[in-house]
Amino acid sequence: MTLFVEAWQFIVAHPERFLSALWTHIALSASALAIAVAIAVPAGVALASSRRAAQFAIAAANVGRTVPSLAVLALVMPILGTGFAPSLFALTLLALPPILINTYTAIRQVEPDVVDAARGMGMTRREIVRKVELPLAAPVIFAGIRIAAVQVISGAVLAAYIGGGGLGDFITAGIAMMALPQLIVGAVPATLLALGADRLFGALQRALTPAGLRT
Amino acid sequence: MTWFLRNWDQVAIALWQHIVISVTSLAIAFAISLVVGIWAARHDRVMHWALGVSGVLYTIPTLAFLALLIPLVGLGRSNAIICMVAFSLMILVRNVAVGIREVPPEVVDAARGMGMSSGEILRRIELPLALPVIVAGLRIATVTVISVAVVAAYVNAGGLGTLIFSGISSDHAPKIWAGALTACALAIIADWALAQLERGVRRRAE
Repeated sequence: MTLFVEAWQFIVAHPERFLSALWTHIALSASALAIAVAIAVPAGVALASSRRAAQFAIAAANVGRTVPSLAVLALVMPILGTGFAPSLFALTLLALPPILINTYTAIRQVEPDVVDAARGMGMTRREIVRKVELPLAAPVIFAGIRIAAVQVISGAVLAAYIGGGGLGDFITAGIAMMALPQLIVGAVPATLLALGADRLFGALQRALTPAGLRT
Repeated sequence: MTWFLRNWDQVAIALWQHIVISVTSLAIAFAISLVVGIWAARHDRVMHWALGVSGVLYTIPTLAFLALLIPLVGLGRSNAIICMVAFSLMILVRNVAVGIREVPPEVVDAARGMGMSSGEILRRIELPLALPVIVAGLRIATVTVISVAVVAAYVNAGGLGTLIFSGISSDHAPKIWAGALTACALAIIADWALAQLERGVRRRAE
Protein backbone atom coordinates (compact mmCIF):
# COMPACT_ATOMS: atom_id res chain seq x y z
CA MET A 1 0.00 0.00 0.00
CA THR A 2 2.87 2.38 0.83
CA LEU A 3 4.00 1.73 -2.71
CA PHE A 4 0.85 3.32 -4.09
CA VAL A 5 1.21 6.26 -1.71
CA GLU A 6 4.80 6.76 -2.89
CA ALA A 7 3.65 6.49 -6.49
CA TRP A 8 1.06 9.17 -5.85
CA GLN A 9 3.68 11.36 -4.19
CA PHE A 10 5.87 10.94 -7.27
CA ILE A 11 3.03 12.16 -9.50
CA VAL A 12 2.36 15.13 -7.20
CA ALA A 13 6.07 15.98 -7.17
CA HIS A 14 6.39 15.79 -10.98
CA PRO A 15 2.95 16.70 -12.33
CA GLU A 16 4.18 18.09 -15.67
CA ARG A 17 6.31 15.00 -16.35
CA PHE A 18 3.40 12.69 -15.61
CA LEU A 19 0.86 14.67 -17.62
CA SER A 20 3.13 14.99 -20.61
CA ALA A 21 3.81 11.22 -20.62
CA LEU A 22 0.10 10.52 -20.27
CA TRP A 23 -0.67 12.95 -23.07
CA THR A 24 2.00 11.45 -25.35
CA HIS A 25 0.58 8.02 -24.64
CA ILE A 26 -2.96 9.06 -25.53
CA ALA A 27 -1.86 11.08 -28.58
CA LEU A 28 0.27 8.21 -29.87
CA SER A 29 -2.48 5.62 -29.40
CA ALA A 30 -5.32 7.77 -30.70
CA SER A 31 -3.46 8.87 -33.84
CA ALA A 32 -2.32 5.33 -34.62
CA LEU A 33 -5.87 4.07 -34.21
CA ALA A 34 -7.37 6.89 -36.28
CA ILE A 35 -4.93 6.36 -39.15
CA ALA A 36 -5.51 2.60 -39.04
CA VAL A 37 -9.30 3.06 -39.14
CA ALA A 38 -8.98 5.52 -42.04
CA ILE A 39 -6.97 2.95 -44.01
CA ALA A 40 -8.41 -0.40 -42.95
CA VAL A 41 -12.16 0.29 -43.06
CA PRO A 42 -12.24 1.54 -46.70
CA ALA A 43 -9.74 -1.18 -47.64
CA GLY A 44 -11.91 -3.84 -46.00
CA VAL A 45 -15.01 -2.58 -47.83
CA ALA A 46 -13.15 -2.55 -51.15
CA LEU A 47 -11.71 -6.03 -50.58
CA ALA A 48 -15.15 -7.47 -49.88
CA SER A 49 -16.03 -7.09 -53.54
CA SER A 50 -12.82 -8.47 -55.06
CA ARG A 51 -12.18 -12.02 -54.10
CA ARG A 52 -8.68 -12.41 -55.51
CA ALA A 53 -7.15 -9.33 -53.85
CA ALA A 54 -8.98 -10.25 -50.66
CA GLN A 55 -7.42 -13.69 -50.44
CA PHE A 56 -3.94 -12.20 -50.51
CA ALA A 57 -4.68 -9.23 -48.23
CA ILE A 58 -6.49 -11.27 -45.59
CA ALA A 59 -3.74 -13.89 -45.55
CA ALA A 60 -1.22 -11.07 -45.06
CA ALA A 61 -3.35 -9.54 -42.29
CA ASN A 62 -3.56 -12.91 -40.54
CA VAL A 63 0.21 -13.22 -40.60
CA GLY A 64 0.43 -9.61 -39.39
CA ARG A 65 -1.79 -10.48 -36.48
CA THR A 66 0.53 -13.26 -35.27
CA VAL A 67 3.64 -11.06 -35.32
CA PRO A 68 4.73 -10.01 -31.79
CA SER A 69 4.14 -6.29 -31.05
CA LEU A 70 7.64 -5.68 -29.76
CA ALA A 71 9.12 -7.28 -32.88
CA VAL A 72 7.25 -4.76 -35.05
CA LEU A 73 8.49 -1.83 -32.96
CA ALA A 74 12.01 -3.22 -32.94
CA LEU A 75 12.04 -3.80 -36.70
CA VAL A 76 10.90 -0.24 -37.39
CA MET A 77 13.75 1.25 -35.35
CA PRO A 78 16.77 0.38 -37.54
CA ILE A 79 14.86 1.67 -40.59
CA LEU A 80 13.09 4.80 -39.34
CA GLY A 81 15.06 5.57 -36.20
CA THR A 82 13.68 6.44 -32.78
CA GLY A 83 11.04 8.89 -31.60
CA PHE A 84 7.34 9.65 -31.91
CA ALA A 85 6.96 9.18 -35.69
CA PRO A 86 8.56 5.71 -35.93
CA SER A 87 6.47 4.60 -32.93
CA LEU A 88 3.34 5.96 -34.59
CA PHE A 89 4.19 4.05 -37.75
CA ALA A 90 4.75 0.77 -35.88
CA LEU A 91 1.57 1.13 -33.81
CA THR A 92 -0.48 1.88 -36.94
CA LEU A 93 0.87 -1.32 -38.48
CA LEU A 94 -0.24 -3.21 -35.36
CA ALA A 95 -3.75 -1.75 -35.49
CA LEU A 96 -4.39 -2.51 -39.18
CA PRO A 97 -4.94 -6.32 -39.20
CA PRO A 98 -7.82 -6.65 -36.71
CA ILE A 99 -9.75 -3.75 -38.26
CA LEU A 100 -9.15 -4.97 -41.80
CA ILE A 101 -10.14 -8.55 -41.05
CA ASN A 102 -13.26 -7.56 -39.14
CA THR A 103 -14.42 -5.03 -41.74
CA TYR A 104 -13.93 -7.53 -44.56
CA THR A 105 -15.70 -10.33 -42.68
CA ALA A 106 -18.57 -8.10 -41.60
CA ILE A 107 -19.25 -6.75 -45.10
CA ARG A 108 -19.08 -10.26 -46.54
CA GLN A 109 -21.65 -11.40 -43.98
CA VAL A 110 -24.25 -8.85 -45.04
CA GLU A 111 -27.12 -10.84 -46.58
CA PRO A 112 -27.00 -10.67 -50.40
CA ASP A 113 -30.82 -10.41 -50.37
CA VAL A 114 -30.64 -7.17 -48.41
CA VAL A 115 -28.15 -5.72 -50.88
CA ASP A 116 -30.35 -6.90 -53.78
CA ALA A 117 -33.35 -5.24 -52.22
CA ALA A 118 -31.42 -2.01 -51.83
CA ARG A 119 -30.32 -2.18 -55.46
CA GLY A 120 -33.92 -2.85 -56.47
CA MET A 121 -34.93 0.32 -54.65
CA GLY A 122 -32.58 2.18 -56.98
CA MET A 123 -29.69 2.78 -54.59
CA THR A 124 -26.29 3.39 -56.14
CA ARG A 125 -23.26 1.29 -55.10
CA ARG A 126 -22.11 4.17 -52.87
CA GLU A 127 -25.49 4.45 -51.16
CA ILE A 128 -25.59 0.71 -50.59
CA VAL A 129 -22.22 0.83 -48.85
CA ARG A 130 -23.13 3.85 -46.74
CA LYS A 131 -26.74 3.12 -45.88
CA VAL A 132 -26.94 -0.67 -45.90
CA GLU A 133 -23.63 -2.48 -45.66
CA LEU A 134 -21.75 -0.27 -43.19
CA PRO A 135 -24.61 0.04 -40.65
CA LEU A 136 -25.17 -3.73 -40.72
CA ALA A 137 -21.43 -4.36 -40.44
CA ALA A 138 -20.86 -1.74 -37.72
CA PRO A 139 -20.93 -4.03 -34.66
CA VAL A 140 -18.29 -6.38 -36.05
CA ILE A 141 -16.17 -3.48 -37.35
CA PHE A 142 -16.27 -1.89 -33.90
CA ALA A 143 -15.29 -5.18 -32.33
CA GLY A 144 -12.20 -5.03 -34.54
CA ILE A 145 -11.49 -1.41 -33.58
CA ARG A 146 -11.86 -2.38 -29.93
CA ILE A 147 -9.24 -5.14 -30.24
CA ALA A 148 -6.96 -2.75 -32.12
CA ALA A 149 -7.40 0.00 -29.49
CA VAL A 150 -6.35 -2.26 -26.63
CA GLN A 151 -3.42 -3.56 -28.68
CA VAL A 152 -2.26 -0.05 -29.56
CA ILE A 153 -2.42 1.23 -25.97
CA SER A 154 -0.53 -1.86 -24.88
CA GLY A 155 1.98 -1.39 -27.71
CA ALA A 156 2.41 2.28 -26.85
CA VAL A 157 3.83 1.20 -23.48
CA LEU A 158 6.52 -0.66 -25.42
CA ALA A 159 7.14 2.40 -27.61
CA ALA A 160 9.24 3.76 -24.73
CA TYR A 161 12.01 1.44 -25.91
CA ILE A 162 12.29 3.19 -29.23
CA GLY A 163 11.97 6.68 -27.79
CA GLY A 164 8.26 7.08 -28.42
CA GLY A 165 7.67 8.46 -24.93
CA GLY A 166 4.45 7.73 -23.09
CA LEU A 167 3.82 5.95 -19.81
CA GLY A 168 6.29 3.20 -20.67
CA ASP A 169 9.08 5.68 -19.87
CA PHE A 170 8.26 5.40 -16.17
CA ILE A 171 8.28 1.61 -16.35
CA THR A 172 11.62 1.35 -18.17
CA ALA A 173 13.18 3.91 -15.80
CA GLY A 174 11.61 2.14 -12.83
CA ILE A 175 13.03 -1.23 -13.85
CA ALA A 176 16.45 0.24 -14.66
CA MET A 177 16.75 1.87 -11.24
CA MET A 178 14.58 -0.69 -9.44
CA ALA A 179 12.45 2.24 -8.31
CA LEU A 180 9.17 0.48 -7.53
CA PRO A 181 6.94 3.56 -7.14
CA GLN A 182 7.91 4.70 -10.64
CA LEU A 183 6.82 1.32 -12.00
CA ILE A 184 3.39 1.92 -10.52
CA VAL A 185 3.28 5.46 -11.94
CA GLY A 186 3.65 3.97 -15.42
CA ALA A 187 1.82 0.68 -15.07
CA VAL A 188 -1.41 1.65 -13.30
CA PRO A 189 -2.43 4.54 -15.61
CA ALA A 190 -1.52 2.44 -18.67
CA THR A 191 -3.73 -0.38 -17.37
CA LEU A 192 -6.58 2.03 -16.68
CA LEU A 193 -6.25 3.49 -20.18
CA ALA A 194 -6.47 0.04 -21.75
CA LEU A 195 -9.44 -1.01 -19.62
CA GLY A 196 -11.16 2.32 -20.27
CA ALA A 197 -10.69 2.05 -24.03
CA ASP A 198 -12.03 -1.52 -23.92
CA ARG A 199 -15.15 -0.37 -22.07
CA LEU A 200 -15.62 2.68 -24.30
CA PHE A 201 -15.44 0.73 -27.54
CA GLY A 202 -17.60 -2.02 -26.07
CA ALA A 203 -20.27 0.58 -25.31
CA LEU A 204 -19.90 2.12 -28.78
CA GLN A 205 -20.22 -1.33 -30.30
CA ARG A 206 -23.53 -1.88 -28.50
CA ALA A 207 -24.80 1.63 -29.27
CA LEU A 208 -24.03 1.26 -32.98
CA THR A 209 -25.75 -2.09 -33.35
CA PRO A 210 -28.90 -1.41 -35.40
CA ALA A 211 -32.02 -1.92 -33.26
CA GLY A 212 -33.09 -4.93 -35.34
CA LEU A 213 -29.84 -6.78 -34.68
CA ARG A 214 -29.70 -6.34 -30.91
CA THR A 215 -30.06 -9.48 -28.89
CA MET B 1 23.14 -11.69 -41.89
CA THR B 2 26.85 -12.04 -41.12
CA TRP B 3 26.10 -11.24 -37.46
CA PHE B 4 23.47 -13.94 -37.47
CA LEU B 5 25.82 -16.52 -38.98
CA ARG B 6 28.63 -15.67 -36.58
CA ASN B 7 26.35 -15.70 -33.53
CA TRP B 8 23.85 -18.38 -34.43
CA ASP B 9 24.56 -20.21 -31.13
CA GLN B 10 23.44 -17.12 -29.20
CA VAL B 11 20.23 -16.98 -31.27
CA ALA B 12 19.66 -20.70 -30.80
CA ILE B 13 19.96 -20.43 -26.99
CA ALA B 14 17.56 -17.47 -26.94
CA LEU B 15 15.12 -19.36 -29.17
CA TRP B 16 15.30 -22.41 -26.90
CA GLN B 17 14.65 -20.32 -23.76
CA HIS B 18 11.77 -18.65 -25.57
CA ILE B 19 10.19 -21.99 -26.44
CA VAL B 20 10.70 -23.37 -22.91
CA ILE B 21 9.01 -20.45 -21.11
CA SER B 22 6.21 -20.38 -23.68
CA VAL B 23 5.47 -24.09 -23.41
CA THR B 24 5.68 -24.03 -19.59
CA SER B 25 3.22 -21.14 -19.41
CA LEU B 26 0.86 -22.77 -21.88
CA ALA B 27 0.90 -26.05 -19.96
CA ILE B 28 0.05 -24.30 -16.66
CA ALA B 29 -2.61 -22.13 -18.29
CA PHE B 30 -4.13 -25.11 -20.06
CA ALA B 31 -4.41 -27.12 -16.83
CA ILE B 32 -6.12 -24.22 -15.05
CA SER B 33 -8.39 -23.51 -18.02
CA LEU B 34 -9.52 -27.11 -18.30
CA VAL B 35 -10.77 -27.08 -14.70
CA VAL B 36 -12.28 -23.59 -14.81
CA GLY B 37 -13.64 -24.09 -18.33
CA ILE B 38 -15.47 -27.33 -17.49
CA TRP B 39 -16.90 -25.72 -14.38
CA ALA B 40 -17.93 -22.62 -16.35
CA ALA B 41 -19.60 -24.75 -19.02
CA ARG B 42 -22.02 -26.05 -16.36
CA HIS B 43 -22.81 -22.82 -14.52
CA ASP B 44 -23.66 -19.47 -16.13
CA ARG B 45 -22.57 -17.63 -13.00
CA VAL B 46 -19.07 -19.14 -13.11
CA MET B 47 -18.86 -18.44 -16.84
CA HIS B 48 -19.74 -14.81 -16.27
CA TRP B 49 -17.12 -14.35 -13.55
CA ALA B 50 -14.39 -16.37 -15.21
CA LEU B 51 -14.71 -14.44 -18.45
CA GLY B 52 -14.98 -11.11 -16.64
CA VAL B 53 -11.85 -11.59 -14.56
CA SER B 54 -9.74 -13.20 -17.27
CA GLY B 55 -10.94 -10.52 -19.72
CA VAL B 56 -9.56 -7.79 -17.46
CA LEU B 57 -6.24 -9.66 -17.13
CA TYR B 58 -6.10 -9.96 -20.92
CA THR B 59 -6.60 -6.23 -21.42
CA ILE B 60 -3.76 -5.10 -19.14
CA PRO B 61 -0.78 -3.94 -21.24
CA THR B 62 1.96 -6.59 -21.19
CA LEU B 63 4.75 -4.40 -19.90
CA ALA B 64 2.48 -2.85 -17.26
CA PHE B 65 1.54 -6.35 -16.09
CA LEU B 66 5.19 -7.40 -15.82
CA ALA B 67 5.96 -4.16 -13.96
CA LEU B 68 3.09 -4.64 -11.50
CA LEU B 69 4.38 -8.12 -10.68
CA ILE B 70 7.87 -6.88 -9.81
CA PRO B 71 6.97 -5.66 -6.28
CA LEU B 72 5.33 -9.06 -5.66
CA VAL B 73 7.67 -11.62 -7.22
CA GLY B 74 10.68 -9.59 -8.36
CA LEU B 75 12.47 -10.00 -11.69
CA GLY B 76 13.00 -13.28 -13.48
CA ARG B 77 11.31 -16.23 -15.02
CA SER B 78 8.47 -16.69 -12.52
CA ASN B 79 7.33 -13.11 -13.13
CA ALA B 80 7.20 -13.77 -16.87
CA ILE B 81 5.42 -17.09 -16.51
CA ILE B 82 2.71 -15.66 -14.23
CA CYS B 83 2.12 -12.89 -16.74
CA MET B 84 1.98 -15.28 -19.69
CA VAL B 85 -0.40 -17.64 -17.90
CA ALA B 86 -2.69 -14.72 -17.04
CA PHE B 87 -2.76 -13.58 -20.66
CA SER B 88 -3.72 -16.94 -22.09
CA LEU B 89 -6.42 -17.76 -19.50
CA MET B 90 -9.17 -15.72 -21.15
CA ILE B 91 -8.79 -17.38 -24.54
CA LEU B 92 -8.40 -20.91 -23.16
CA VAL B 93 -11.18 -20.78 -20.55
CA ARG B 94 -13.59 -19.29 -23.07
CA ASN B 95 -12.83 -21.88 -25.72
CA VAL B 96 -13.01 -24.85 -23.33
CA ALA B 97 -16.37 -23.65 -21.95
CA VAL B 98 -17.84 -22.73 -25.33
CA GLY B 99 -16.60 -25.97 -26.89
CA ILE B 100 -18.34 -28.06 -24.21
CA ARG B 101 -21.51 -25.98 -24.38
CA GLU B 102 -21.73 -26.49 -28.13
CA VAL B 103 -21.94 -30.27 -27.77
CA PRO B 104 -25.52 -31.11 -28.84
CA PRO B 105 -27.64 -31.96 -25.76
CA GLU B 106 -29.15 -34.96 -27.61
CA VAL B 107 -25.72 -36.57 -27.76
CA VAL B 108 -25.21 -36.09 -24.02
CA ASP B 109 -28.72 -37.43 -23.36
CA ALA B 110 -28.06 -40.48 -25.51
CA ALA B 111 -24.82 -41.15 -23.62
CA ARG B 112 -26.64 -40.83 -20.31
CA GLY B 113 -29.33 -43.19 -21.62
CA MET B 114 -26.57 -45.72 -22.36
CA GLY B 115 -25.70 -45.61 -18.68
CA MET B 116 -22.55 -43.46 -18.80
CA SER B 117 -21.63 -41.59 -15.65
CA SER B 118 -21.07 -37.83 -15.89
CA GLY B 119 -17.31 -38.38 -15.66
CA GLU B 120 -17.45 -40.77 -18.59
CA ILE B 121 -19.64 -38.38 -20.56
CA LEU B 122 -17.10 -35.64 -19.99
CA ARG B 123 -14.11 -37.76 -20.99
CA ARG B 124 -15.60 -39.75 -23.84
CA ILE B 125 -18.23 -37.46 -25.31
CA GLU B 126 -17.93 -33.79 -24.35
CA LEU B 127 -14.15 -33.23 -24.42
CA PRO B 128 -13.56 -35.12 -27.69
CA LEU B 129 -16.39 -33.20 -29.38
CA ALA B 130 -15.15 -29.90 -27.97
CA LEU B 131 -11.57 -30.61 -29.05
CA PRO B 132 -11.60 -28.55 -32.29
CA VAL B 133 -12.72 -25.42 -30.40
CA ILE B 134 -10.20 -26.10 -27.62
CA VAL B 135 -7.36 -26.48 -30.12
CA ALA B 136 -8.46 -23.26 -31.84
CA GLY B 137 -8.12 -21.53 -28.47
CA LEU B 138 -4.75 -23.14 -27.89
CA ARG B 139 -3.60 -21.73 -31.21
CA ILE B 140 -4.51 -18.13 -30.33
CA ALA B 141 -3.09 -18.55 -26.82
CA THR B 142 0.20 -19.87 -28.21
CA VAL B 143 0.65 -16.88 -30.50
CA THR B 144 -0.21 -14.53 -27.63
CA VAL B 145 2.23 -16.22 -25.26
CA ILE B 146 5.08 -16.10 -27.79
CA SER B 147 4.42 -12.39 -28.21
CA VAL B 148 4.35 -11.73 -24.45
CA ALA B 149 7.55 -13.74 -24.00
CA VAL B 150 9.40 -11.27 -26.24
CA VAL B 151 8.60 -8.44 -23.83
CA ALA B 152 9.33 -10.65 -20.81
CA ALA B 153 13.04 -10.50 -21.64
CA TYR B 154 12.92 -7.07 -20.03
CA VAL B 155 12.33 -8.62 -16.62
CA ASN B 156 15.26 -11.02 -17.16
CA ALA B 157 13.21 -13.99 -18.31
CA GLY B 158 15.55 -14.70 -21.24
CA GLY B 159 14.34 -15.56 -24.72
CA LEU B 160 14.49 -13.76 -28.04
CA GLY B 161 13.59 -10.40 -26.53
CA THR B 162 17.04 -10.40 -24.92
CA LEU B 163 18.61 -9.96 -28.36
CA ILE B 164 16.17 -7.15 -29.21
CA PHE B 165 16.79 -5.23 -25.99
CA SER B 166 20.53 -5.58 -26.08
CA GLY B 167 20.45 -4.60 -29.76
CA ILE B 168 18.41 -1.49 -28.98
CA SER B 169 20.59 -0.42 -26.05
CA SER B 170 23.82 -0.88 -28.01
CA ASP B 171 22.27 0.45 -31.23
CA HIS B 172 23.28 -2.72 -33.03
CA ALA B 173 20.74 -3.30 -35.80
CA PRO B 174 21.73 -6.86 -36.86
CA LYS B 175 21.06 -8.09 -33.33
CA ILE B 176 17.62 -6.44 -33.35
CA TRP B 177 16.86 -8.03 -36.72
CA ALA B 178 17.98 -11.46 -35.52
CA GLY B 179 15.81 -11.30 -32.38
CA ALA B 180 12.74 -9.74 -33.97
CA LEU B 181 12.69 -11.83 -37.13
CA THR B 182 13.28 -15.09 -35.27
CA ALA B 183 10.40 -14.19 -32.92
CA CYS B 184 8.14 -13.45 -35.90
CA ALA B 185 9.13 -16.72 -37.54
CA LEU B 186 8.47 -18.66 -34.34
CA ALA B 187 4.99 -17.11 -33.98
CA ILE B 188 4.08 -17.70 -37.62
CA ILE B 189 5.32 -21.30 -37.61
CA ALA B 190 3.54 -22.10 -34.32
CA ASP B 191 0.33 -20.59 -35.70
CA TRP B 192 0.63 -22.61 -38.89
CA ALA B 193 1.40 -25.87 -37.08
CA LEU B 194 -1.56 -25.48 -34.72
CA ALA B 195 -3.81 -24.57 -37.66
CA GLN B 196 -2.88 -27.93 -39.19
CA LEU B 197 -3.61 -29.68 -35.90
CA GLU B 198 -6.93 -27.84 -35.62
CA ARG B 199 -7.89 -28.98 -39.11
CA GLY B 200 -6.94 -32.58 -38.35
CA VAL B 201 -8.87 -32.63 -35.08
CA ARG B 202 -11.90 -31.04 -36.73
CA ARG B 203 -11.94 -33.65 -39.46
CA ARG B 204 -11.80 -36.42 -36.87
CA ALA B 205 -14.58 -34.90 -34.76
CA GLU B 206 -16.88 -34.77 -37.79
